[in-house]
Amino acid sequence: MIPRHFYIAASVMLAAVLGMSIYAWRMRGRVAATPASSSDSRPVVAPVSGPTEEVTLFVAYDDLGILRAQAARIPLPSVRQQRAEELLRALIALYLDKTSPHPIPVGSDIRSVYLIDPGLAVIDINAAFADGHRSGVLSEELTVASLLQTLSANIPGILKAKILVEGQPRETLAGHVDLSGFFDLTAVHQLTAELETQQ
Amino acid sequence: MRWSRTNESWALRTVHLKWPALFFLLIGMLALSAAPAERHLSVYSTAATYSVPIEQLDGRDYVGLFELLDPLGTVNVRSDPPRWRIHYNNVLAEFVVGRSRARIQGRDADLTGRFLLDSGRGVVPVDSLSSLLPRLLGGPATLHEASGRLFIGSIGTHFTATVSPGDPSRLVFHFTAPVNPTVATEPGKIHLTFRHEPVTAPASPRLTFNSKSISSAEYSEGDGAAEITVSSTIPLIANFSPDGQMITLSPARSQVAANSAQTSTPTPGHAPPEPAAAKAPTETHSFPPAAQPAASSVASIPRKYFAIVDASHGGQDRGEALSRTLTEKDITVAFARRLRQELESRGISTLVLRDSDASLSLDDRAYYANNAHPAVYIALHAASNGQGVRLYTSMLPYATGDDEGPFRQWNTAQSSAIPLSQATAVSVASELKKLQIPVRTLTAPLRPLNNVLTVAIAVEVAPPASDVSALTAPDYQQLIAGAVANGIVNIRSQLGAAP
Ligand SMILES: [Zn+2]
Repeated sequence: MIPRHFYIAASVMLAAVLGMSIYAWRMRGRVAATPASSSDSRPVVAPVSGPTEEVTLFVAYDDLGILRAQAARIPLPSVRQQRAEELLRALIALYLDKTSPHPIPVGSDIRSVYLIDPGLAVIDINAAFADGHRSGVLSEELTVASLLQTLSANIPGILKAKILVEGQPRETLAGHVDLSGFFDLTAVHQLTAELETQQ
Repeated sequence: MRWSRTNESWALRTVHLKWPALFFLLIGMLALSAAPAERHLSVYSTAATYSVPIEQLDGRDYVGLFELLDPLGTVNVRSDPPRWRIHYNNVLAEFVVGRSRARIQGRDADLTGRFLLDSGRGVVPVDSLSSLLPRLLGGPATLHEASGRLFIGSIGTHFTATVSPGDPSRLVFHFTAPVNPTVATEPGKIHLTFRHEPVTAPASPRLTFNSKSISSAEYSEGDGAAEITVSSTIPLIANFSPDGQMITLSPARSQVAANSAQTSTPTPGHAPPEPAAAKAPTETHSFPPAAQPAASSVASIPRKYFAIVDASHGGQDRGEALSRTLTEKDITVAFARRLRQELESRGISTLVLRDSDASLSLDDRAYYANNAHPAVYIALHAASNGQGVRLYTSMLPYATGDDEGPFRQWNTAQSSAIPLSQATAVSVASELKKLQIPVRTLTAPLRPLNNVLTVAIAVEVAPPASDVSALTAPDYQQLIAGAVANGIVNIRSQLGAAP
C-alpha cells in the first residue's frame, strides 16, 4: 500500500514540474518571437515631432578611419525603447545623407531596438543595411562601434548588445565583423577610444 | 558443409567432457572471477613508460626495487640475506630484511614499512617511494599512490579542451604530447583511458558545459591510469589527429561533417589546404563497439610550425571587391605566400593556411591553428579604404560562461593570449613605422581571432595611396611582408617555443 502522503508529495512535484515547463516554454516562445514580431509593433511613421533633446552621436569618418563624438539635437519620444530606435535612426539618416562621412547602402534602416533587462540591447537592422554594407574590417567596425557607442552613451545601463539582421542572427556584418555573439559594451568603449584617435 | 561439421565436432567434444571435469572448470572460473585483478604501478619517465606489479605483503602494497629501477638506468643487485644491496648507476642502497630503515649512500633512509624478500626479490612499500626514489635517482619523483601512478622527473602531459558552439557541439582536447588512449563507451558516456601516458589532472576534475549534447567531462585516476569520462546525450565518436595530440569528440550522426572540420596538421612542404586533402589522415573511432585508436608513431608526428599565416576568405567568400577585377581573397593569398617567404628566410617555419582558392570556415581555420600549436597565428585581410596597414587583436565577446579547468570557451579561447597578441601587434607596428607606412593597432570583433588559443593578430593591408591596384604591386607586398616578418622576429623570444 502506497502511503497517502507519498501521493500528495508526488502530485505537488508533478504540478511544480508542469508549471516550470509551461513557464520555460512561454519564456522560450517570448525570446524567439520578440525580434520576429518587431515589424508589427513598429510605428508606421517615426515620431519625429515634439521637443528636441541634445544627444551625443558617435559618427564614423571614412576618410580618416575614425569615430567622433558629435552633439546633435533630435526629437525623442519618452519611451526608452523608442528613444533608442530614434537615436539610431538619426545616426542612420546622417550616414544616408549625400554628404555622408561614412556612406551606407540606400534603404538601410533600424527595424527595432529591444532593451531587455538586465542590460541587454538587441539592435535589429534591415537586410539592405547588412547586404549592401561595404566589406572590410575597419569599415564594418566603424559602423558597429558607431551604433553601439551611440546607444550606450545616451541610454544608460547597457552592458551587452546583439545585432540581428531582419530578426535573424548573422555570422558577420559584411564578411568581417562578428555578429554571432554578444558585444561586451566595456570592450566597445575601449574600441571607441581606439577609433577616436588616428594614432 | 564445412561450417556444420565444425559445429558438430565442437558439440561432440562438449558432450564427452566428464561431469567432474565440468564441476572443477566451473569452480575454477568462479575462483578466477572472485580473485582480485592484478594491480600495477604505472611508471612514467622520459626514459621509458612501463608498469611493475604491486603485491600485497604484510597488509600493505609492495613493489620490487629491481623491476622499478631497471628500465631507468644500470642496476646491480647483491643478495646476501638478511642483507640486500642495490646499485643504481653510482648510488648504493643497502637494506636489511625485516627492517624499516635503509642506508642510501651511507645515510639513513626510513621506509614506511619493513623491507622484505619475496621469492628472493627485494621489495619495499609503495608509499616509501616518494622519499626513497629522489635519493636513489637524484631527482624528483611524484607518487599518486591511490591511483598507482609514479612520475619520475618533471614529466607530465597536460591538456586543454575547447567546447565549440553549435548544435550539436564538439569537444576538442589538445594534449601537450601525443596520446593514444583506449576508447570505451557505455550509453551516455565515452571513456578515454590513458595507461601509457603521464596525463595529469586539470585544475578542476569535474567540468560542466553549456551544451545540449555534451554535458560534462570528468578526470579521474585509478588502477595505474588516467581517465576522462565525457557525458553526452547523444552517441559520440572520437577523432584522432595524425600527430596524436588532438582528440575531437563529435556526434556520431554528423561524422562526415565533423571530419570535414576535423583538424589535421599537414605534412611539411605541402601547404595544406584544400580541405578535402586535409580530411584524409584523420582516424575515426566510433562506437559501438569500443575501438582502439591506432598507435601513434613518432614518424607520423609532423613538423611544428612557428607561424601560421591565414589567407582570409577564399572560395565563395571573395572578401571585399577591391575593384571590378580585384578581389580580397586573391590579394590575401599573394600576401600570405610572400609573408611565408619572408618569415622562412628569417628562420621562422611557416604554414600558409589557405594556399589555394579553397573555402575554409572560420571554425575550421581556428581548428587548424589550434591543432598545429604554432607560436603565432596571423590572419591576412586586404581593404580598399584608408592607407597603409591596420593591425588587429581580438576584442572578445561578452562572456557567456567561465572556462572550466583546462576547458576554454570557444568564443573566448584567445583571452589568456591577448597581452602577448597585443605586444606582437605593437612589435609589427613599430617595424612598419620605420618604413613610414601608416599603421594603426586596434581591437576588433573579428573571428577566428577569438577562437585561437595562441598569440593571434590580423593584418589588414590597404593601398599606400588611393590607388587600390597598388595592392598587387610586388614591391609594396614585399615591403609590408618584410616589416611584418621583422616584427615577428623581434618578439620571437617572447613568443617562445610553440605551446
Ligand atoms: Zn577580409
